[in-house]
Amino acid sequence: LALYFHSGEREEKCIIEDVPSDTLVIGNYKVQRWDMQRHEFLESAPGLGMFVTVTTPDAEVLLSKLYGPQGTFSFTSSISGEHAICLQSNSTRFVATAGSKLRIHLDIRVGEHFLDESVVQGQDKVNEVKIKLEHLIEQIHHISREQNYEREREEKFRKTSEGTNSNILWWAVIQTLILISIGIWQIKSLRDFFISKKLV
Amino acid sequence: MPLRGFPAWGTLLVLALAACAARASEITFELPDNAKQCFYEEIAQGTKCTLEFQVVITGGHYDVDCRLEDPDGTVLYKEMKKQYDSFTFTASRNGTYKFCFSNEFSTFTHKTVYFDFQVGEDPPLFPSENRVTALTQMESACVSIHEALKSVIDYQTHFRLREAQGRSRAEDLNTRVAYWSIGEAIILLVVSIGQVFLLKSFFSDKRTTTTRVGS
Repeated sequence: LALYFHSGEREEKCIIEDVPSDTLVIGNYKVQRWDMQRHEFLESAPGLGMFVTVTTPDAEVLLSKLYGPQGTFSFTSSISGEHAICLQSNSTRFVATAGSKLRIHLDIRVGEHFLDESVVQGQDKVNEVKIKLEHLIEQIHHISREQNYEREREEKFRKTSEGTNSNILWWAVIQTLILISIGIWQIKSLRDFFISKKLV
Repeated sequence: MPLRGFPAWGTLLVLALAACAARASEITFELPDNAKQCFYEEIAQGTKCTLEFQVVITGGHYDVDCRLEDPDGTVLYKEMKKQYDSFTFTASRNGTYKFCFSNEFSTFTHKTVYFDFQVGEDPPLFPSENRVTALTQMESACVSIHEALKSVIDYQTHFRLREAQGRSRAEDLNTRVAYWSIGEAIILLVVSIGQVFLLKSFFSDKRTTTTRVGS
């Protein structure tokens, strides 16, 4: 849990994960609060917790739970797309004392069911190999799902580009027609007008 | 799975996931306009690290400012308005390294930035501490599969980001073309019809006083 960043007391920080469907995402976090007197980040602040909210691309809430200052959360995506993982502390101080901030350590893993090393060590050699190979197979399945998802996205992209292309084509044709017909109408209308006013 | 005949497998297949300091963090986050977001990482001396970032989705130009500082505050890497870059360095001392992405030069476009910070090299698949013989064929095959899969994951990520970039541009273009065509059609009609009526109004009967010249 080495990467960390700072955030305000009541601020919500979100991370976006673009994942294919049926993918397991596991997140580990640890949060520390800045202590004004000691001028350092406390190792553990009692009562400090984090709301973890996970939203699907359709804006549906997949997970919304309160965890302690340190925790692990996970979810499995049912739809492919951009999921948002948001962290917000449950701190009740409203106008937080100036300078108070939180340090959030975060680690997110996508798609891999991590090997429990202790389980592996305990087995005899053949089973160890078996477990490692199963893990490898699962990773390959994840790669295959990601590529499938990529194929869907590229199709959507191609459709948008082709839609834009035909829009432009139609617009050019319609614009030309409008211009010509308006021009004819203008000239006719003015000619009739001048004739009626006996100027021509 | 019949795997007899490879008794040395057990000890040699330890993937050493937790033992070494090798880690990689990749995060995609949204950087609002006029904002700066910093990340910190504790690195031991002598570790080779790589920072790679890319601007994925944006309303404006695809660029952010990026800056990497060591524990003393010395700037190791500083680039303004870059779209994509990759920077490798070796930590010269222990401590907390800080890297920041800044969107402060942009007033109204928020950006989605992806970064991947890799600390340390990956541990070897078959640790060579208590080796008696050279790698068997099976083990070499494993090592090459591992290397190949690592590069597959790498390429996949790059491709995914580039495709997201391209797709967001295409969608923007589509909406702009739609609005532009409707707007221009309306303007054309209004202006041309207005012109005719305006001209007609110049010759209307109320102003015939100006055409009468005293004889």
